[in-house]
Amino acid sequence: MAIFLDENSRIIVQGITGAEGTKHTQRMLKAGAKIVGGVNARKAGQELDFTEFSPEAVLTVYGTVTEAMDKTGANVSVAFVPPKFTKDAVIEAVDAGIELLVVITEGIPVHDTAEFWAYAQSKGNKTRIVGPNCPGVISPGRSNAGIIPADITGAGPIGLVSKSGTLTYQMMYELRDIGFSTAVGIGGDPVIGTTHIDALEAFEADPETKAIVMIGEIGGDAEERAAAYIKEHVTKPVVGYVAGFTAPEGKTMGHAGAIVSGSSGTAQAKKEALEAAGVAVGKTPSETARLMREIYQKL
Amino acid sequence: MEYQAKELFAKHEVPVLPGSVVETAEDARAVAAEIGGQVVVKAQVKTGGRGKAGGVKLAETPDEATEKAGAILGMDIKGHTVHRVLVTQASDIDQEYYVSFLLDRANRTYLAMASVEGGMEIEQLAVERPDALARIPVDAIAGVDAAKAAEIADAAGFTGDVRDQVIVVLQKLWRVFTSEDATLVEVNPLVKTPDGKVVALDGKVSLDENAAFRHPEHAEFEDKAAADPLEARAKEKDLNYVKLSGEVGIIGNGAGLVMSTLDVVAYAGEEFGGVKPANFLDIGGGASAEVMANGLEIILSDDEVKAVFVNVFGGITACDAVANGIVHAFGLLEGRGDQVTKPLVVRLDGNNAVEGRRILSEFAATAPAGLIEQVDTMDGAARRAAELAAAK
Repeated sequence: MAIFLDENSRIIVQGITGAEGTKHTQRMLKAGAKIVGGVNARKAGQELDFTEFSPEAVLTVYGTVTEAMDKTGANVSVAFVPPKFTKDAVIEAVDAGIELLVVITEGIPVHDTAEFWAYAQSKGNKTRIVGPNCPGVISPGRSNAGIIPADITGAGPIGLVSKSGTLTYQMMYELRDIGFSTAVGIGGDPVIGTTHIDALEAFEADPETKAIVMIGEIGGDAEERAAAYIKEHVTKPVVGYVAGFTAPEGKTMGHAGAIVSGSSGTAQAKKEALEAAGVAVGKTPSETARLMREIYQKL
Repeated sequence: MEYQAKELFAKHEVPVLPGSVVETAEDARAVAAEIGGQVVVKAQVKTGGRGKAGGVKLAETPDEATEKAGAILGMDIKGHTVHRVLVTQASDIDQEYYVSFLLDRANRTYLAMASVEGGMEIEQLAVERPDALARIPVDAIAGVDAAKAAEIADAAGFTGDVRDQVIVVLQKLWRVFTSEDATLVEVNPLVKTPDGKVVALDGKVSLDENAAFRHPEHAEFEDKAAADPLEARAKEKDLNYVKLSGEVGIIGNGAGLVMSTLDVVAYAGEEFGGVKPANFLDIGGGASAEVMANGLEIILSDDEVKAVFVNVFGGITACDAVANGIVHAFGLLEGRGDQVTKPLVVRLDGNNAVEGRRILSEFAATAPAGLIEQVDTMDGAARRAAELAAAK
């Protein structure tokens, strides 16, 4: 078991012919993910040779997500389309009824994200959207939908959910001898699809996941809400880390959503909320890994 | 800033008082003369509390407007120098209200807020009189039509002729919010003048930088004069840089890791007399030699910086490529006539770290002693960088 993504996931890549789409299709194939096709309306019908990365991988570019799903049985899409076109790409995937859509693209106007989120809701919220501006989802040894490096670590009992890509990699690396069931990068934009809470709920239900690492950062109140959720619903041990204690008020720190506004969205408030919910919060990524290691050894 | 908000309001036909923004006292005279009668001269700075600081003055005549503008221009308000003043018609106020549209991150939608009790800071109103502030969710697709605007106006308690005007104003503000890609459109106060007209007296608009590609005209709203010079240079080079006040220059890859690096340096710095991180700089996943060189150039030209911490986790990028990037960056800087003299502490970890560290060790051996040090862990490297910065 794992969450959101496993060895049966059949993945298509929206924007497979772009530089990023091509590069990461290669990497996902090398990691053993079942990539079964791509989508680009202007290049429909092309056959792409990825056999260098996976012996069987000659991938067809389809004109639409619906067609790609019909022909390949895909249930997951990873989108690498430019910000200008992302809203339409998401709406297309939602209309096609894809189960999981991972939106890697950074720099999407927040109005576009709010609109495609509202659209997905209006269609019954059947598509799980991860991102945008995220590194994706990896279930080590099983599948990889996005850009998280597959060679950091293997399968294991830890579930990880994080707003930050590089902190995800850092944490997987620090705990590489233990391994992960699934790592979910939910992204650092002000509006995102899958939240900390969604991932916590899935990890709680996943028998293979024994403990959870949750990484947050300044901005919004997602961590505070996750803390309240943990207190009520999560029985598995959770360790937390929050980045941005030194961030000044009113400045965006790299991620569009990482901003302290007035007295709201501070790292201190998030840390306190998590600790009040019984979550052990590390001062640094390494200390957080140590806390998880202590918990793991007692499991 | 206020005048920018008012320009956007005017563009979308939100009622505002006549006025213009000027940069000299003489231009203030011309605007005052054109408006005729009493005017208000207001400092345009990105901070609140202008009135208390003496940045807002009434003027009865064009001569007086010139004099008041002259006094306000160049004034320092909470660290912001006043480069522009707004000259507008003075208005008697019968009633003050509040309306805004904003992004509601928690609910992943938009929120309308409105109150018939305007004039005070909205955060204060929300705390002291929460019942007086109506909060109505707005669907991103359905938006705000006349019916939705009426719902908002009624929830806030607007009545009679003012209600009718507010309904029209709300629809126009909604157009500002959506067609300008704003994350906040606020009118505070929205006022009723003695002759019964509803006018946006002061306001604030925050624009989404990610939407800049469809609003080239927003570039002129950027206040280049007020920006930090290092931040302005970094922006020219397309670097994701925020100037802070501290002694340890920071370069890292990935927004989360860099934020974390700042924190770890600040913790380590407590041990060394309160040494702090000097900046945020995310050079992104690629970490190419040129970006590394541009980043180092900016950081080394920060006089406050005493030592630099390069913290890279090789995820997609291999550490050997990052190490080569650092080596090439030194070459590029030398070629530009910038000799690196401040010590660099480098932590490379992750993909191909062993080879990356080897390349850097070889290079460090050719550099002046102690100029480049490597520490294997993030916490250890942060401590060493703080120690070096404190020793300088």
